[in-house]
Formats: sequence, structure tokens, C-alpha cells
Amino acid sequence: MDVLLLSRLQFAVAAFFHFLFVPLTLGLSVLVAFMETRYVLTRDEEYRRMARFWGKLFIINFGIGIVTGLTLEFQFGTNWSRYSIYVGDIFGSLLAIEATLAFFLESTFLAIWIFGWKRLSPRLHALCIWVVALAANVSAYWILAANAWMQHPVGYHIVNGRAELTDFLAVVTQRAAVVMFLHTVSGAFILSGFFVMGVSAYHLLKKQHEMFFQKSFRIAVWFTLIFSLFEVVQGHLNGAEVARNQPAKLAAMEALWETQTHAPQTLFLIPDEKNARNRLEIGKVPGVLSLLAYHRADAEVKGLRDFRPEDRPPVLLPFLSFRIMIGLGMLFPLLAGFGWLVRKRPAEYPRFLRILILAIPLPYIAIEMGWMLAEVGRQPWIVYGVMRTRDAVSPIAASQVAVSLAAFVIVYSLLGLVDFYLLAKFARSGPESEQFAPFAPLHPSR
Amino acid sequence: MLETTWFVLWGLLWAIYFMLDGFDLGIGALMPFIARNEEERHTLYRAIGPFWDGNEVWLITAAGVTFAAFPGTYAVMFSALYSPLMVILFALILRGAAVGFRSEVESHAAKRLCDALFFLGSVVPAVLFGVAFANIFKGIPIDGNGVFVGTIVDLLNPYGMLGGMLSLAAFLVHGALWLAIKTTGPLQKRMADFVQRAWLGLYAALGIFMFLFVLSRGQTALGRGYIGKPTLFWLPVLALISLFCIFVFVRKRGWARAWTASSVFLGLALFSGVLGIYPALLPSSLAPAFSMTIYNSASSPLTLKIMLGVALVLVPVVIIYQAWTFHLFRGKADGPDAVGKDVY
Repeated sequence: MDVLLLSRLQFAVAAFFHFLFVPLTLGLSVLVAFMETRYVLTRDEEYRRMARFWGKLFIINFGIGIVTGLTLEFQFGTNWSRYSIYVGDIFGSLLAIEATLAFFLESTFLAIWIFGWKRLSPRLHALCIWVVALAANVSAYWILAANAWMQHPVGYHIVNGRAELTDFLAVVTQRAAVVMFLHTVSGAFILSGFFVMGVSAYHLLKKQHEMFFQKSFRIAVWFTLIFSLFEVVQGHLNGAEVARNQPAKLAAMEALWETQTHAPQTLFLIPDEKNARNRLEIGKVPGVLSLLAYHRADAEVKGLRDFRPEDRPPVLLPFLSFRIMIGLGMLFPLLAGFGWLVRKRPAEYPRFLRILILAIPLPYIAIEMGWMLAEVGRQPWIVYGVMRTRDAVSPIAASQVAVSLAAFVIVYSLLGLVDFYLLAKFARSGPESEQFAPFAPLHPSR
Repeated sequence: MLETTWFVLWGLLWAIYFMLDGFDLGIGALMPFIARNEEERHTLYRAIGPFWDGNEVWLITAAGVTFAAFPGTYAVMFSALYSPLMVILFALILRGAAVGFRSEVESHAAKRLCDALFFLGSVVPAVLFGVAFANIFKGIPIDGNGVFVGTIVDLLNPYGMLGGMLSLAAFLVHGALWLAIKTTGPLQKRMADFVQRAWLGLYAALGIFMFLFVLSRGQTALGRGYIGKPTLFWLPVLALISLFCIFVFVRKRGWARAWTASSVFLGLALFSGVLGIYPALLPSSLAPAFSMTIYNSASSPLTLKIMLGVALVLVPVVIIYQAWTFHLFRGKADGPDAVGKDVY
């Protein structure tokens, strides 16, 4: 295998693995902050225990998210050095601002939160987790603005043999960035909501700590319902943004080969990439794709055959990942909606609770599929229309990358297993196990 | 001017990183030799617990600023040093996981595995950062296209190896001093004894390095820099003075002052190298024209200006709230009222 393929695989491993941990960080921090705020306002001890219990799971998840994020930053230099030279003027500054503005806040204030239970007043302590939650989501914005720039480059010109910044605000505030941020963060919030609902369902089924998990469930179900409904609308806007900015990606994810007006949505089809057609198409509903993409049934949608073969993205992966993501995205508001209807007595619906436990991995799948669509669908470009992926790779020996890729697969698999084992262990042990003993009162240790 | 400002800021960010992460890397590298029982190991984890994560973000920022301000250098440096950087990365990943999992796992074997990873994950970067920077100061074989034409063995030359020994020794002293601040009784005494011995080793390593530096002055980027700008010699002289101050303060049992002197030493040592290779950030050992400098690898003036504004506003803010963290958790890490007793 060559350096290009190995580096792409390594980036995929690093990005997919990193994003197993990031979404829960984004959403659970907000939920924990909400719970601790309730404690500060009501002085109901149960809310403090909730913040402690869910906060513990947050911490176990957070550590791996941090160290795997380091990998992603390093890789732009190690494996994609030509990319870094060509677009570093724009891309590098977004990453640097993310670290200085948000990542410092997040790490520092999380440490204060973890170690500060006895050193800070409850009010100040709750404020710390709000800072963590805010910083995590601000951090996401800068990273997604950087990715949005790769999807839809703006505010630059090509001089001195590279892309140079001309309009910083255009890069940071472009619609593609805002839409992508809302899409990703809503997905992360849904994931976190299902995580809390699923763990609560486990304990409610076992009829243990019922008040505690009943309350947790109610908070999470509101949160999940709001954001899963929002995501349906927002996801549509995201699709329209893709249609506007990246017509080749749209054609690939819909497996549309011929340019046409009144483009149909096909209920079932099997793409045949080699012959640039579909092997089987069942149930065409005319005009629906045109309508969804451009809000007009007679709008023209460009087919893949009208892109030069070297400009076409792969079809199968974007096509499948899009469908899986959409399918799950439709399921989430239904599950959350049912949960909301029974939010006052979820324990009476054991079958539903069992489904919720099984549903914990589903938003993870949906989010990873979303990334697969975004990144594979952008190919063969690393920066859409500006730089090809094959021109971006470092001039290094393939053997080096082969070794590091193998090491990533091994180390990440082990870390992932240990982390999920610990998450499951602490989630199952519940709030009143030894680890979650009630606090010592605030004492004057200073 | 803009490029030079960024050059100094770049050096400053790396210096802050070494001052801060230096002590927790040093404590990790010391752990198997100084922690005699489970309680002492807990003390070590508590001594770095609230700080190590925030310290490591300085590395992310230093790397990120290299990317933003000098993308050409970032690209060539990181791809040329691919293997050592990957080793540092894996070490830091396993170390972070070990420190995080240490308080969550229950079995004795799992705890000891975390301790072992914490040790390895600390000692490996402590050595490799020195190897990497010594090689950068010496100049590495990059050609006119920014392609590394050497092998990893080229990096393990006497200059690089000695740089690794130096950074390890400096971080050990730095970590031991931090631990002396954070402890009482026998552990503190052991740290004081350790620093007095390690300090001599550090002086010796520094002496050999300087000997080698003078011997090879014509062949290294750093040596040529000093020949061209003799006023630079004040920096290593000041570094040696601050190193001596450590010794003085330790004898007076002024741990915080000794640690501060050690921080100043780390900063001055780094700047002795960084300013010596100015205006290059990554000198080429093949031909000076192939070096990555502040002129041929910098971002556009617009990006440099925006990033300067961002850095001048945000970095002081970060320093303020991190200083508050150090103040908040300033107590001892051992004894019944230890900071972090409820975590480790």
C-alpha cells in the first residue's frame, strides 16, 4: 500500500475513534451542568448526587477524547504536510484559536470541577461545569469551522503558491460552518440524551435507585426530544447546504447519474459504480430530490456523469452512510417522543426501557455515518475544488505510516475496550455504590 | 518584525510548556524510584492531578501556533520527525489514559499497569523532547523540497542523545522540586536529597553538552549562530546562574523559590537554543538555503496579525486562570487534608 492510502486509513481511524468520545463530552457536560444548577437552586441533595454520578461517566469518557484529539492535530503535520503548507495560513489559525480560546478553558475548569468539590462554594463549582460545557461547544465550533472550510473554502486567494487568508470573518462565520456546527452539536446532544435515558432505563428495569433515575430520565427525555426534532429540520437544511456547495457529494449520496430536472427520490436502488449507473431502481418518486435539495420540484440536479471521472467521489459509502444516518435520524424523535409521553411513569413500560438500552449505540452509529458521508463524499478533494487529497500527503516512507497505523489500531482498540468497560461498570454500579459516597461537608481546609 | 515577534512568541509557548508539563513528566519518571508504597503513589498522583491536563494543553497550543504562524515549518518539522513524534504521541496517549484510569480501576494488577504506563509515558517524552530539540538546534537533513533525507538513526547522534539526557535530568529535578513543595516529612526529605544529587548530574550533562557544542561549533546551526552573535552567550550564562540558584534555594529549604529557579533555567535553556538558530526555526544540515525560517515558512501578514491579537488577548487570560488553579489547589498532596483525597 502507498503512503496516500495508509495515511487516509490512519486519519480515518483517528477521526472515527476520536468521535466516539467527543459527542458525549459535548452533550453530557450540558446535562451535568443543568443538574448541578438544579442542586444550587433547590438544595435538593439528589441533584448533587446526579451531577456526581453522570459527571463521573463524563470524566471517564473525557480523558480518551482529549488524548485522541492530540493525534488529529499532529497528523496534519506528520501525514498531510503538503496540505499544511498549502492551507496552513487559514486552517492552522483555526486550530490554534480553538486550543487557546476553548481547549485551555475546558481542561483547566474540568480539573477544577473534579478536584474542587470541597474547595469551592456550590455556586462557583456549578459555574465551573458550565464553563466546561460552554468551552467544549465553542471548541466544536472552531473545529467544525475548519472542516467547513475544507468542504466549502471561502475568504482566501491563491498567491505565493498557497492559499492565503483574505477575509477572516467570512471563514469563521460562513453559513456552511454554522449549519455544520448546529448539525453536529444537535447530533451530539441526541447521543448524550439517549445515553442518559439508556443508563436510566437499565436501573429502572432493575427497580433500583428509582427516584434518582426517574429524575435523570425526565431531564434527558426533554433534552433528546427537543434536539431530535430540531435535527430533523436542521438535517434538511444541512442537506440543502451540501446541494448548494458540493453538487458532486449530493449526486454521490443519492446515486444520481444523469443530470435532470424533477429529479426523483428512489425508494430502493443498488448503485453500480463501475458502469456509472444503478443496477436496480425501485419506486421512483419524481421531483422529490429536486424539492428536498433546492426547494423546487422542477430544479435541475446534476448527475455524476456530468462530473469528470477524476472529480467524482466514491458512491457506495456516501450512499449507504447517508441512508443509515437518515433512517436513524427519523427513529430518534419517535423514540424520544414515546419516552416523553411516558416520562412520568417509564417504569411501567419495561419493553420500551429495554429498547432504550439497546438504542444507546444508535446515535453513535448515526454520527459516525455522518462523518463518513462528509469526508468520503468530499473526495477526491481534501479542500473542495482547491486541493486534491493525493496532492496533500507528506513525502514520507510508507513503512513509517504502516507501523504507526498498526500501532493506532492496536492501542486504540485496547483503550476503547477499557474505556467502554469502565463506562459500563460505573453506569451499572449506580449512584450509591462506594465510589459515589455522599460528600464530606465543606470544610475549611485552606 | 511581525515574523520576529512570532518567533519569540513561539519560543515562549514552548518554554511555558516545558516549565509546566516538565514537572509532571518529571514526577512520572521519578515514580518507580521514589514512591515506596500505595499511599506515596497516591501522593504523587495528587500532586499533579489538578494541573497535568492543563499543562499538556500548552503542547497543543505550541504545536497549533507553529501550524498557524509558520505552517511551512510545522509541515516539514512534523513530517521529518515522523517517528519520534509518533512515539511521543503514543507515550502521551497511554500516559493520559493511565492517569485517568488510575482512580477508576480496582484490581492491584490494573493499578500497577497504570503506574507502569504513567512512568513510561513520562520518561519517553522527557527524553525525546530533548532529542528532538537538540537535533533541531544542530540542524537536520532536509533537502530543498522540505523532504527529510536521513533516517531515524541520524537523529540518535551524540548531540541529540545528550540533549535527551539533559531534558530528562532537568525534568527530574523540576518534578522533584514540585514534589518537595507538595509534600511533608520523609518524602520531602528524599526529594531534597535527590535534587542535591541530580543537580550535580544535570551540571555534568550540561558541561558535556557545552564541550560538544564548542567542539562542533562550525558544523551545527546553533554553533554558527553563536559565532555570528556572541552577545547570545549571556543566555547560557544566565541559565547556569539560575541552575546554581536552585542549589542555593534547596539548601535553604525554599522549595517554591527553587522550583521557580528551575523554571527560569528551563526557559533560558530553551531560549539559548531557539535564539541561537534565529531566524531559522528548523535549520537544514545540508545547506543553509534549505532551512525553514521565519521568512520562508511564515503565514501571511494578515493571519499573523489576527493571530497576534488573539494570542496577546487570550494567553494572559489563560495564565491568569491557570494561576488561580495553582492557588486554589496550593495545599499539600499528603496528609489527611490532602488536595484531591477524594479522587486518588
